[in-house]
Amino acid sequence: MFNLFKKNTTTDNNSGLEQTTSLKEKLSKSRQSLGNGLSSLLLGKKEISEELLEELETILISADIGIQTTDKVLESVRQNASRKTLKDSEGLYSFLKSELNKLLVEDTALDVGSEETFVILVVGVNGAGKTTTIGKMAKSFQNDGSSVMLAAGDTFRAAAVEQLKVWGDRNGIPVVSQSSGADSASVIYDAYESAKAKNIDILIADTAGRLHTQGNLMRELEKIKKVLKKINNNLPQETMLVIDGGSGQNAINQAKEFHKAINLTSLSVTKLDGTAKGGVIFAISDELNLPIRYIGVGEGLNDLRNFIPSEFTEALFD
Amino acid sequence: MFDNLTKRLSDSFKSLQGKSKLSEENVRDAIREVRRALLEADVAIDVIKVFLEQVQKEAIGLKVREGLNPSQEFIKLVESELTKVIGSTNESLQLNTQPPAVVMVAGLQGAGKTTSVAKLALYLKEREKKKVLMVSADVYRPAAIEQLRVLSEQVGVDFFASTINQSPERIVQEAKSYAQKQFYDVLLIDTAGRLHVDEQMMSEIKVLQRTAKPIETLFVVDSMTGQDAAHTAKSFADALPLTGVILTKTDGDARGGAALSVRHITGKPIKFLGVGEKVDELEPFHPDRIVSRLLGMGDVLSLVEEISRKVDHKKAQQSAKKMAKGQFDLSDMRDQLLQMEQMGGMESLMGKLPGMGQIPDSVKNQILGGAQTKQMVAIINSMTTKERTHIKLIKGSRKSRIANGSGTNVQAVNKLLKQFEKMQKQMKKMGGSKMKKMMAQMNQMQESGQSPAGMPDLSKITNGLSGNGGGNKFPF
Ligand SMILES: Nc1nc2c(ncn2[C@@H]2O[C@H](COP(=O)(O)OP(=O)(O)OP(=O)(O)O)[C@@H](O)[C@H]2O)c(=O)[nH]1
Ligand SMILES: Nc1nc2c(ncn2[C@@H]2O[C@H](COP(=O)(O)OP(=O)(O)OP(=O)(O)O)[C@@H](O)[C@H]2O)c(=O)[nH]1
Ligand SMILES: [Mg+2]
Ligand SMILES: [Mg+2]
Repeated sequence: MFNLFKKNTTTDNNSGLEQTTSLKEKLSKSRQSLGNGLSSLLLGKKEISEELLEELETILISADIGIQTTDKVLESVRQNASRKTLKDSEGLYSFLKSELNKLLVEDTALDVGSEETFVILVVGVNGAGKTTTIGKMAKSFQNDGSSVMLAAGDTFRAAAVEQLKVWGDRNGIPVVSQSSGADSASVIYDAYESAKAKNIDILIADTAGRLHTQGNLMRELEKIKKVLKKINNNLPQETMLVIDGGSGQNAINQAKEFHKAINLTSLSVTKLDGTAKGGVIFAISDELNLPIRYIGVGEGLNDLRNFIPSEFTEALFD
Repeated sequence: MFDNLTKRLSDSFKSLQGKSKLSEENVRDAIREVRRALLEADVAIDVIKVFLEQVQKEAIGLKVREGLNPSQEFIKLVESELTKVIGSTNESLQLNTQPPAVVMVAGLQGAGKTTSVAKLALYLKEREKKKVLMVSADVYRPAAIEQLRVLSEQVGVDFFASTINQSPERIVQEAKSYAQKQFYDVLLIDTAGRLHVDEQMMSEIKVLQRTAKPIETLFVVDSMTGQDAAHTAKSFADALPLTGVILTKTDGDARGGAALSVRHITGKPIKFLGVGEKVDELEPFHPDRIVSRLLGMGDVLSLVEEISRKVDHKKAQQSAKKMAKGQFDLSDMRDQLLQMEQMGGMESLMGKLPGMGQIPDSVKNQILGGAQTKQMVAIINSMTTKERTHIKLIKGSRKSRIANGSGTNVQAVNKLLKQFEKMQKQMKKMGGSKMKKMMAQMNQMQESGQSPAGMPDLSKITNGLSGNGGGNKFPF
């Protein structure tokens, strides 16, 4: 027999985003493939030879770190090796970790303030995990004692509103929606008015998935932003791009284009409970200098973790 | 942003000009370039390794055919090897069985399964006139069943209602027996997204497969997937008797390395491409399109085809003969210009080249050297036949006559003459032996009626026209 509610029963743990042990556990699959490769590679004192570098390249590429960032990291290994600051494979491990860490933004915490309604606009390509991440974030804010409201800004995809409503029900929080096909900006505007009137702490707005190459859909996002800015220039306080952890280097284009259109303030990465390693965020973070807020490690209500740079890098290599 | 493999290949083959065979040593750089292109496209690194070993084996000792240069010969090899792996024809659904023919989809979360089921339903209904029923066995994702129901209305296909309180196995059983009783031709089954490492969910889908006995089990994969595509594909192929692949979200700018990885690892054909969110945005798989995308070559391949279709072979041959004899004159230049215009002008040609769409118009104009074909043709038309063959005659008063006649000015005439001289110089540089080769090529072209070999002379011409010796606008 199968447990029908398997995915729902992963929500047995109530303490939200705090358990780092669980992160390690959840990332263990990533860790195994990347880490195993690395530890066996670095076993024993070896010279930093071209062969070693080639194997290292394979490991980095396999983690979706991308060819350009991989080149950059390897180049710095090479330079340090020739300058003798890096003598053999023993020092390589910590060197790599620190090189990769340098690419990430250190301070990742999201400060939702306490004065006015804090608006988080969530965007991303199709199927990245936006709606699910919103459901999980809502729960974690609630755990922290904030009141939350959701705006069903995806008025396009079949049953997108219903999907968000299920998440609202799970959390016992209101979802503001209009009928399918409505103007996304106006749904979010209404939701903001309603959240403000009700003194809601945090409003999270869902949007339809869209490819960054679709100009008209990107303009729709610009419009959402413009409408919010008309109310108050500091809205939305957070514009978060959700990236599928399984994506390859195309995520770099995604991030650049979304950033160009609507000025992102952060990223979150989903689906890191599989074997995908999400290495592409190093390149993105390096290029756009954006903090990564959360990582998704499952489909359940509690499968969201704070992103901690050192831990993420470590978990990749452990 | 776009890396033009073709350009880089020709760079790495520069030292090879004139060599007639590929050797281990001289393909090494080129192999490295291809590797890089495939890595940029997110092809799984293990797959690249196996693939390049094959390419290397085929490349060594390969003879460079008459009319091709080593880099062209090599890229042709890469293309054909890639096509071999990726499948050279498109295979459609195989539904020959006692109805209902069951089609089931499987894949990771968010890959595009539910959308693809709706697209397939529409496709089978409209193109194959099938009576289709669809059902959702996704009892996990919030509103997954509702999503498929809404889509079923959009495509006007019957929907077998299920609820989240039923087991997926029972849903599938009931849907199949209903489809049987109601004489449906096809039953489409949507399943929940699942991770390949989720043992419980993987055994669930095995049970669904055994229960429904689908004749088609399609693995749905997001074309933006990175290196992980290989692991995922392997696990799904091990768990299920897959019959094909649907590659989704190809309407973006992902280079789609996942296509090669998945194809290589499962050995199953890619049957459809998802090319948009709407229910009619499904296309049968075109291998060639994916191949050029993997290599970062934009539409180069179709461009080559188009050019060889449109080139007036006879005129081209005449020009080549004249060039060989050092008799290329302004009338020939005019013919070349007219031919180029016939092909849609430089601009439309350039639009098809990788990365060109990204280039601002100001830069494009610079590359084109402001070469306005119509104006240039008008200038040549205003010359006497003698002037066209004896360019030295064109001095002061003749120049202003030609300028007046063509509605241009003396500067424009001067510019054209300069460009012509540049071209002539270039032709001399190309030398006699090369010219003979080109003529042989022209003959060949005439016999076969079509061949991409029309390119080399045109590219020389445009080099001359561009005025800055850019030289890489036509990679072949
Ligand atoms: N395993 C796993 N699955 C996830 C995670 N986050 C989201 N998903 C699943 O991914 C699928 C897509 O998630 P959605 O939240 O609907 O994605 P979306 O970006 O809102 O999609 P669109 O609105 O259609 O563009 C669903 O099946 C989710 O359950 C995660 O961290 N791990
Ligand atoms: N641009 C584009 N979007 C697509 C394509 N195919 C699917 N999508 C979108 O991708 C997102 C996910 O599609 P779904 O069909 O819900 O994916 P799924 O595999 O059923 O997801 P789960 O059931 O959660 O595992 C939706 O926003 C779809 O509209 C495509 O070919 N192009
Ligand atoms: Mg959504
Ligand atoms: Mg689905």
